[in-house]
Amino acid sequence: MNQAAGTRLAAQLNRLVDFAPVLIALLLALVVSSVLLVALNADPLAAFGFMLEGAVGTENATAETLVKATPILFVGIGITVAFRGGMINIGGEGQMIAGALAGTTVALVLGDARVPAEMAKTPGAFDLIIVTSALIGGFLAGALYGGLAGFLKAYFGVNEILSTIMLNQIAVQMMNFLLNGILLDPAVAGFNNIPKTARLVTAAQLPRLALPLGDPWIFARTRLHWGLVLAIALAVVIYIFLWRTSLGYRIRAVGENERASSYAGIHVKRQMMLSMFLAGGFAGLAGVVQVLGLQYRLQTDGSPAGFTAAAGFNGIVAALFGGLNPIGAIPASAFFGGLLVGAQKMQREIGVPASLITAVNGLIVVFVVSSEIFILQRSKRRVSLQETNTPIDTPDKSGGSEDTPLNPPVGTGGSDTPLYPPDKSGGRRDSGSEEAG
Amino acid sequence: MGLDDIFTASVFASAIRLATPYIFAALGETFAQRSGVLNLGVDGIMLMGAFGGFYAVHLAQTAGVMAEPLGLLMGVLVALIVGGLMGLAMAFVSVTLKAKQGISGIGVYLFGLGLSELLFQQWVGTPKSVAGFPRISFPILTDIPILGEIFFHHNLLVYVAFALVPLSAFVLNRTTFGLMIRAVGQNPEAADAMGVSVTRVRYATTTIGGMLAGLAGASLSIALINLFQQNLTAGQGFIAVALVYFGGWRPLTVAAGAMLFSFVNALQLQIKVIGADIPSEFAVMAPYVITIIALVFATKRQEQPTALTKPYERGE
Repeated sequence: MNQAAGTRLAAQLNRLVDFAPVLIALLLALVVSSVLLVALNADPLAAFGFMLEGAVGTENATAETLVKATPILFVGIGITVAFRGGMINIGGEGQMIAGALAGTTVALVLGDARVPAEMAKTPGAFDLIIVTSALIGGFLAGALYGGLAGFLKAYFGVNEILSTIMLNQIAVQMMNFLLNGILLDPAVAGFNNIPKTARLVTAAQLPRLALPLGDPWIFARTRLHWGLVLAIALAVVIYIFLWRTSLGYRIRAVGENERASSYAGIHVKRQMMLSMFLAGGFAGLAGVVQVLGLQYRLQTDGSPAGFTAAAGFNGIVAALFGGLNPIGAIPASAFFGGLLVGAQKMQREIGVPASLITAVNGLIVVFVVSSEIFILQRSKRRVSLQETNTPIDTPDKSGGSEDTPLNPPVGTGGSDTPLYPPDKSGGRRDSGSEEAG
Repeated sequence: MGLDDIFTASVFASAIRLATPYIFAALGETFAQRSGVLNLGVDGIMLMGAFGGFYAVHLAQTAGVMAEPLGLLMGVLVALIVGGLMGLAMAFVSVTLKAKQGISGIGVYLFGLGLSELLFQQWVGTPKSVAGFPRISFPILTDIPILGEIFFHHNLLVYVAFALVPLSAFVLNRTTFGLMIRAVGQNPEAADAMGVSVTRVRYATTTIGGMLAGLAGASLSIALINLFQQNLTAGQGFIAVALVYFGGWRPLTVAAGAMLFSFVNALQLQIKVIGADIPSEFAVMAPYVITIIALVFATKRQEQPTALTKPYERGE
């Protein structure tokens, strides 16, 4: 074995160890939830069996898992951008609502509009315009809502964790107000008090998704919709954005080391707002896609998670579980979608409440961030290794114009940097005030 | 309908009552943050404390084995223990394992949210109320018009909460322990060099914070609302964290912030009661809007503990 091959092997092994926190977290969560189940007089093996069966046991179960995974993935992509940029965005819930409100309004208004004469000749053209406009509207509303928290952080030093939590509550109330008021379905006004909009016309709906295999097509009779494809495509786009463009590099640089980025001439405040803007935009997409692809109307039971089903929080868990990498978020979201769907089966079969999953999700978050310490220790070792040896990682290629003295240890994957930016969660009031640009 | 209908004595009284959980939780969080630990899991800990306290009282009262005051005391104890344990876990995660605090706190929150609901559904099932802390009637004082209703007709935990405010200020500003807390939060290196154990102090404050968060939860479930249900706190723990920033990490101003917040809340409820022409959704959202605005000004004005959210690493 020559030396180059040995180095490559070492790099491969290193990359494997990068998933250590996720694996450790998964293992620990499995152990703790088994203990919980035993304490509740339930057989863990039976419980996990029913969960697996409920998640992927049938064609419909698998589709439901993917349906549940879709908003989680959208939010997870956004959370990945925010966390990579050093912004701890807890506002997925509120941003989803903002996106759903705006997107649904666009879809309702355009759905009522008359098809322009020249478009009537090409069937589907106007449908595409309605859906696209609604998606863009949802993205922008979520983005502005998230960007607001970024702005408050950048220019007023308001801790983004706190502001996004407050904005969540405000969004819920705003939705209740609008759904009981101007957005209320005229058909039900005065009859019942379920706050919901009118149903979208077919032209404004995202089409169902089926795989052309077998007869009938796989998933043809399920609720699976094209939102999933959009989410996966955007995950790839954001991966490229973060690791192959200079703008993405700047966002990550600010997340890695705000001060150094500022010395290197990066406009720190602008990157803060941008990462929150994008994070909010993806959460907004999650919201509007739920309406366009699944529910065909915006409705809530008035409770905080009445519309979102807590996808804004679960997206955080998925993002962490995916190693703060948009590609990693894809399987992570599917996993959590499966957990949520499978838990319902478990609840039906052996009576263990599905809220077990919320608790387990919390544990996974704690375990992932706690096992970070092993990565940090390893990267320290690697730094000392690099001082004496040839570097394992090639220098960052994505820097573009930002060829800074920072040179963060970024390879091609991005999974080999510590998951979190150092010391960023506290909302330091001096945080953007020292930027050079 | 005039201002007299809105600013009634009962509004002031309920503002004081509603402030109780915020004061407990925010004081506990003040201790943790002054030592450099941001515990964002307060809401989850409150939920666990609320459930633990409720369940203990519920058991005691359905079994009827204990005198009522003893059962309530049990409830408080259970809430303190449950909260303390979760605080301890948070300390282990953020001090020993040096996990990023903003995110691990969200994990603790989700854990508390899920587990309290799980245990409630499994052990209790449907919402049931318990006989909580009764209101205390003081001789003479309670009978004073207006002032009696506002100040002298509350349950025991309300008075405990308000008594803790000056006590916390005293501990933080006038005792050796308080000095150690502030030193560890402001300059852990120097504190360490002086022989103060950064780890031990942070464990202590985070555990105290957890206990007070547990008590805050119990003050809802066995004193203010007297029942438990899914997500009983509805985000009050997060407000408590915001109040610490808003109050500039000082117990007296933190408590003042809690009072302001609960006063707006009480007003909001009153506006609903008298049916004023304001959409109830806007009334409900008002406290959150005000909190954001307050944070805009508070963070300009205040200095936060320098080492907040920074795990301590001994230099080599």
